[in-house]
Amino acid sequence: MSTTPRPIDSDADTLAVDAPFVIELLRGFIADGVRKVGFERVIVGLSGGVDSSLVTALAVSSLGTDNVIAVFMPYRSSDPQSQIDALAVCESVGISAEIVDITPQVDTYFDRFPDADRTRRGNKMARERMSILYDHSMAERALVLGTSNKTELLLGYGTLFGDMASALNPIGDLYKTQVYALARALRLPQSVLTKAPSADLWVGQSDEDELGMRYAVVDQVLHLLVDERRSRAEVIGLGFDAAEVDGIVARVRGSQYKRRPPVIAKLSNRTIDREFRYPRDWGR
Amino acid sequence: MVLERSRTSVIPTVAGAPGGPVGAPSTVPELIANPAGSVTIALAQFYPRLGDVAANLAAHLTTIEGAAAARAGLVVFPELSLTGYFLKDQVPEVALTIDSSEVGALRDASREGGIDIVAGLILESDEHRFHNAALYISGGDVVHVHRKVYLPTYGLFDEQRYVAAGDRFRAFDAPLGARADHRWRAGILICEDLWHPSAPALLARQGVDLIICPSASPGRGQLQGEAVGTASSYDVMTRTYAQLFTTYVLYCNRSGFEDGVGFWGGSRVVDPVGAVVAEVRGAQESVLLHSLERSAIRRARVAYPLLRDERNDVNDAETDRLRRRHARG
Repeated sequence: MSTTPRPIDSDADTLAVDAPFVIELLRGFIADGVRKVGFERVIVGLSGGVDSSLVTALAVSSLGTDNVIAVFMPYRSSDPQSQIDALAVCESVGISAEIVDITPQVDTYFDRFPDADRTRRGNKMARERMSILYDHSMAERALVLGTSNKTELLLGYGTLFGDMASALNPIGDLYKTQVYALARALRLPQSVLTKAPSADLWVGQSDEDELGMRYAVVDQVLHLLVDERRSRAEVIGLGFDAAEVDGIVARVRGSQYKRRPPVIAKLSNRTIDREFRYPRDWGR
Repeated sequence: MVLERSRTSVIPTVAGAPGGPVGAPSTVPELIANPAGSVTIALAQFYPRLGDVAANLAAHLTTIEGAAAARAGLVVFPELSLTGYFLKDQVPEVALTIDSSEVGALRDASREGGIDIVAGLILESDEHRFHNAALYISGGDVVHVHRKVYLPTYGLFDEQRYVAAGDRFRAFDAPLGARADHRWRAGILICEDLWHPSAPALLARQGVDLIICPSASPGRGQLQGEAVGTASSYDVMTRTYAQLFTTYVLYCNRSGFEDGVGFWGGSRVVDPVGAVVAEVRGAQESVLLHSLERSAIRRARVAYPLLRDERNDVNDAETDRLRRRHARG
């Protein structure tokens, strides 16, 4: 890995979070969202990374150890450290992990398509994991919790109908640096807090290498563009690199489709999600 | 002088069952000693079930009964307490008319319990316009209707798409369950109405002693804590208006979540010098009981005769001048 492992500091600026307050709010969000649809339990795809580790810890804090199922789903090329970290997280919050190796189903499929590149393979792995989570969701009557943070969602750095799929996402309005702040406050295992962020879809993959930018910078730029609604020119005027800002803007625009339901051809007078507008919590 | 402690009581309610609002006090409410000129009020920080009027009405009736047992003269429910807030296309489906059986049940409860009620609903007019409204019900009658004037349609709000705006801010005599031995003038401002200072100013000009603010305020901008989120804006507004208009402000916010948006609670009573004298700390369902003192209004207006000194003539003259200039284009 080319990036030096280091904690990401979020305490310096506008990205600071009042961790106890936000954690309490998210505990309430999870309990409310799960129970009002008639569930008691949740299921999380735990990778050993900081996002899914934080979601697991929040879920246990909200619902108790009996109501959280963590599923670790390695592929043969997964970094061995991922499993060590995932199990450490489970131990620290008092639950056990279910391990489902996805190698057989992924390899069987790509035996038929041996020329597939690593992006296709990575997407396939993410979708296999999703299908396993949703199968367990049915079997265990447990709602699938999402683990995509705001940085990933805005950049489109995730697999549509793969890791982006969930019923409830407690961390989708938290930038990566803010996820770290909460993870530190919940005292997640040190290795989870300090290793370089990676989707671990292939050997040596690193988020920041792939994005070509550091999260500390990306998060500040996204915060300025999205939360403060500053213009591109204003952000560059604040000293951020023009090419990086343009790259971020292009990624956010280019991935908008991933954040929306599929497009429906408009024919009737009342089309779903256009004129037919009901809250998801309709009657809940 | 009555001790501060005896003037306030918070009754936590049973934590909401899955999706189910629970308005019933879990304990027998403590009676608040009411000296002459004072009256107990209750703020019901309630979690309505979205779009389920029948369930919400049942919860209202239970809470009203509990507040009446605590000898409260008034119980205030949050904005849209009978329906929930982010209704979208459910607005026409949950709308009630003033002569509906649901409003009738609240009228009966007010008469039987000897307690006044402020409840929120979608109120349908004869012209089939739908208003975000709050009713003041007393002794079996609807004595005042406030239709929300300022409908937020920005950020996460979309009210103008679904509901029609009200067009007046009127004060009225609040019997307070006939428990008060003095005339109390009240006015209602619903949530966003409070963000426009002309609204409480118009009520103050009509001599209100009590501004009742039912609210459904969603938490946002909360990453750095409550103190910098929406709660801090309401803290400033409720204290400022109470102090500048030397009135009580009763702020009743709701609790719970709708589509992932959390409502932050924090219901409170602010006295006529701008001091928060009772408050629910947090977003949990609860009923806040507090004794309002007529003498506190008198003391505030002796110390700060701001209303006496208000130059309505100047205000009117300047408003007329601006209106004429506007008319000329």
